[in-house]
Amino acid sequence: MNWHRFASPSNFKRLSARIFPWAAGGAALCLGCGLYQALLVSPPDYQQGQSVRIMYIHVPAAWMAMFVYANLALAGAATLVWRHPLAEVAGRAMAPIGAAFTFLCLATGSLWGKPMWGTWWEWDARLTSVLILFFVYLAYMALNNAFDDATRGARASAVLALVGAVNLPIIKFSVDWWNTLHQPASVMRLDGPAIHPSMLWPLLAMGVGYTLLFVVLALVRIQAELIERRLGALVQARLSAEPAA
Amino acid sequence: MNAAFALIARDVRLAWRHPNEIATILAFFVIAASLFPFGIGPEPQILARVAIGIVWVTALLACLMSLDRLFQAEVEDGSLDLLVTAPAPLELLALAKVVAQWITTALPLIVISPIVATMLHLPADGYATLLLTLVLGTPGLSLFGGIGAALSVNARRGGALLALIVLPLTVPILIFAVAAVDAAIAGLSPRPHLFLLAGLSVFALTIAPFAMAASLRQAAE
Repeated sequence: MNWHRFASPSNFKRLSARIFPWAAGGAALCLGCGLYQALLVSPPDYQQGQSVRIMYIHVPAAWMAMFVYANLALAGAATLVWRHPLAEVAGRAMAPIGAAFTFLCLATGSLWGKPMWGTWWEWDARLTSVLILFFVYLAYMALNNAFDDATRGARASAVLALVGAVNLPIIKFSVDWWNTLHQPASVMRLDGPAIHPSMLWPLLAMGVGYTLLFVVLALVRIQAELIERRLGALVQARLSAEPAA
Repeated sequence: MNAAFALIARDVRLAWRHPNEIATILAFFVIAASLFPFGIGPEPQILARVAIGIVWVTALLACLMSLDRLFQAEVEDGSLDLLVTAPAPLELLALAKVVAQWITTALPLIVISPIVATMLHLPADGYATLLLTLVLGTPGLSLFGGIGAALSVNARRGGALLALIVLPLTVPILIFAVAAVDAAIAGLSPRPHLFLLAGLSVFALTIAPFAMAASLRQAAE
């Protein structure tokens, strides 16, 4: 399969126009059903009571924080290796979405932590590594915007995205390597998920819904960025043409 | 190799002939550390408990201050283009710049750190381990900092940006350095933490030259 087919903006536009309605509809359906199931239908936890419902927002947000960063690192690699212009735009478009998911994860975790652990914040390994992920997102966005030349910003932040990718396995395994307050993995385990199906299904629906929502947001932002660059190029062309006329 | 050694010798000689720059950074280290007793109160027990954290955090910030100039002189006088087009690999030359920065900044900081630690009442069992953690950890700081410095060459708001890039990367170094000294003060073996700290610096050594060279090539384009 020739991936360079997707490199040209017009091909991307055609492809994203085909994906967009399905992704948007799927996201609305999954998030709607997932939220209904999670907030109203699924049983309260025997220990955590109703606060367990925060988990349906929190856990998929944490998955997305890492998933989006992995995409950011892949886009960074494509930017540096193939000088892929669409990858530059994609990295720039995805970073704020990932930062928003990371912030959602930290904020909901904090709200859940107060009634359950008795503290808004605890310096344990999982929380700290996710906080660092959030800082790396901020640094990525700042670096991306720090240059007059957009391409230079994209390449510099691509290097940072690859260096920061070291953090992903640390976040994933932090609950296994260190004995922390945060509970260990209960869904993605080799011996099968350790939570009851009545809670697992709404959680998975939310996970799929979040992923589709990310696809929708990323497509919109990439389109907007492409239009913005086109507009910039047109203005530039007009300005450089004028003195001659 | 010769080019790398020549570059190190040049940078060290430049720093030697402008002692003001390092004096400023050392003064920052001492003054910033001496602000803490005013901020949290002069009780020796409290200071002894937090001394190691203060020494390490202020040393980290002092290192950061010297880093935003790491490649800036080369960019301003145009010698960056010569480094990029030189026959010696750029990875090696960037590493040489970092080595020179370590010799001229981190080494003086390590030498005066026991004085700062004394001001903060660090328990006597901690000194040897403090020096060891600084010797093992500061190369990692300089290398991660080198990546940040190379990335933020020619950037707007370079200094603040550098802090934003470098500080998250240096958190693991800080964690294991402080854990090692705390273990030594508590009478436990600091060895596992020291091994992890050395491992982090070696890890930084494996990725930093390539990341620095990649970003310097972009800066020179």
